[in-house]
Amino acid sequence: MCRRVDAAQALSELTALSAQITSAIVVDGDGSAIASTFDESSAAELAKTVQELVAAAGRAGDGRQVAQLEVSTSAGSVFLVRESERTIAATTRPEPAAGLVFYDLKTTLRSIADQAKPKPKARKKAEADAAA
Amino acid sequence: MPRRKFVTGLALAASLAGAVLFRRRSRGRDRVDLYYDDGSTLSLGDGSPEASIVLPLARRVLAAATS
Repeated sequence: MCRRVDAAQALSELTALSAQITSAIVVDGDGSAIASTFDESSAAELAKTVQELVAAAGRAGDGRQVAQLEVSTSAGSVFLVRESERTIAATTRPEPAAGLVFYDLKTTLRSIADQAKPKPKARKKAEADAAA
Repeated sequence: MPRRKFVTGLALAASLAGAVLFRRRSRGRDRVDLYYDDGSTLSLGDGSPEASIVLPLARRVLAAATS
């Protein structure tokens, strides 16, 4: 639950800081939405579409794994970044600065991954002395 | 001298019109850019069969964002 709240916070900061990004969703490897700027029912549906988008991009590349994707249309653009099992997808206004959007998405995805990692426990002094 | 000015003005007007036309035409086209894990990239135009699979899914995402 805490992980989802942190991810939601990261997405809220992303859409607040980027003038170009209008919405975003983070999808886990099992196809579930970790966080999104959409309501819960739309997010579940959209997570499936994002998974389909990743699969379609893989088929277009003869089975290669897609790392990034940009689809530009006159109505706006869709960006997608994949790292390990997680995918972040975002929509933007037409003609965005693609490099900046990719940078923002990668940074957000990494911050969510860092939050998910458990912090290493501090070793007791006696254990540390024994090891030394 | 006036002829030289006329030719320069004409060239400037033509290049400006060309730039505007190019921008308008490229704006109307849908495009898919794919970047793969192995470092390769693939750009697909609106008419390609691969783009015809990817584009409807992306439009669905865009529609959800605007609704």
